Amino acid sequence: MLIAIAIVLGIFIMIAGYIALHHEKLSVGIISTGLVSLFASILFLLLAAPDVAMTEAAIGSGLTTVIFFYVLNKIRQRNG
Amino acid sequence: MEYIIISIGFALTLLGLYGIMYLRNLMRIVIAFTLFDTGINIVMVSVGYIRNASAPILDAIPAAGSTPNIVDPVPQALVLTAIVIGLGVSALMLTYVLKLHQDKKSLDINNFKDLKW
Amino acid sequence: MVKKFVILLLVAGMGLIFFNMFQSFESNGNLSQLGNYYAKNGAAEVGAANLVTAIVVTYRGLDTLGEVSILFLTAAIISFVLKFQSEELDEDREVRASSEVLTSATQVFTPIIMMVGIYIFINGHLTPGGGFQGGAVIASAVVLMFMSNPKFKVNHTIISAVESFSGIGFIVIGIIGILAAGGFLDNRIMSLGTFGTLISAGAIPLIYIFIGLKVGAELSNIIGTLSHAQKEKK
Repeated sequence: MLIAIAIVLGIFIMIAGYIALHHEKLSVGIISTGLVSLFASILFLLLAAPDVAMTEAAIGSGLTTVIFFYVLNKIRQRNG
Repeated sequence: MEYIIISIGFALTLLGLYGIMYLRNLMRIVIAFTLFDTGINIVMVSVGYIRNASAPILDAIPAAGSTPNIVDPVPQALVLTAIVIGLGVSALMLTYVLKLHQDKKSLDINNFKDLKW
Repeated sequence: MVKKFVILLLVAGMGLIFFNMFQSFESNGNLSQLGNYYAKNGAAEVGAANLVTAIVVTYRGLDTLGEVSILFLTAAIISFVLKFQSEELDEDREVRASSEVLTSATQVFTPIIMMVGIYIFINGHLTPGGGFQGGAVIASAVVLMFMSNPKFKVNHTIISAVESFSGIGFIVIGIIGILAAGGFLDNRIMSLGTFGTLISAGAIPLIYIFIGLKVGAELSNIIGTLSHAQKEKK
C-alpha cells in the first residue's frame, strides 16, 4: 500500500519537475517548483519524519515560491 | 520502499543537474538549483529509514536496557539544517539575478560573457 | 548540438555514480551504533520527548549555531545588495487595491497564524516542530500582511531589536552552558523536570524561543526588503 503511494508520488514529482524546467511561462514553472516541494513533504511523511516534512512544507513550498514571485514581478516591472 | 524513494531522489537530482547546465534563462537556472537541493534532501532522509519503525518521538523514558523502535534520528537533524540553508542560497541567487538584470536588461546567460578570457 | 551531447554525457556519468551508490545500499534492519545510543539514552539525559530536537539543540548545538549565523548573513547581504536611496522610491505609484475578501480575511487570520507559529516553537521538545518551523510560519503571516496591503511597511526598529536580542540571548545561554554544565549549549543548566510536560527538558524551550523569534524576524526582513524593491522607480 505504501509502495503504491510512493510510486504514484514519484511519477507526479517527475512530471512536475519536467514542467518546472520546460514550460514556456515562468509563472507556471515557479508554481511547479512549489508543487515538487509539496510532494517531497508527503514523501517525508511516508518515511516517518514529521519534523522534516513540516520544515519542507513551510519553507520550500511557502517562502521559496513567494520570493520567486517577488523577483519575477520586479523584472517584469522593469521590462515595461 | 526506501529503494523506490532513493531512486526518486536521485532522478530529481539528475533532472536538476541537467537543468543547471542546459537552460539559458537565469530564473530557470535558479529553479533547477532548488530541484537539485530537494532531490538530495530526499535521498538523505531515506537512508535512515528502518522498516516497521515509527517516528523518533517517544511517549515515555525507555526502560533501562530496552531500545525503542524508531527510525534513525541523525539524518533528519542534518536535513533540517540543509533545508533552511537551501532557502538562504536561493534567496541570495535571486538577489544577484535582480542585480544582473538591472545592469544589462536581459536574462539570457549568453549575454554575460565579460569574464571569459 | 555538440553542447547538448556533452551535457548528456556528463549527466549520464553522474547517473552512473548514483547507480553505484544505489547498488551498494542495503536497507538495515536495526539502528546504527550512533542511533542506538541516542534512542536508548537521549530521553533520559536530555529530558525531551522529541529526539530530533534533542539532537539539533544539545548534541549538535554547534551546527545550529552555524545555521543561525548563515541565516543572519543571508538577511544582511540581501539588505545590503538591494539598498535603495529614499529619493528613488516611487511612493505614489498606482497599486490595484486588494480585494475585499483578502483584506477582511487578513484581519482574522494574521493573529491566528502568529499564534500557531508561537505554539509550534514553544512546544518544540514535545511534538514535531521547533524554532525553524515556527519562524517560517511567522514569516508567512508577515507575507499575508504584505499581500493584503501593498503599502505596508515593516517597522525596522522593532525587527532589528527582536533579532539582535534573540541572537545575544542564544549565545549567552550557550556560554552559561560552558560555565555551569557540560559544554556549549548544554541544557542541564535548568532542571530537567517531569518528562512530557511543558516545563521540562531544561533550557531547550528557552533556546527554541530565541531561535524561533530570530528566524521569524530574519525571514520577515528578507521579505520586507524584496517587497520594498517593488517601489523603486524604473
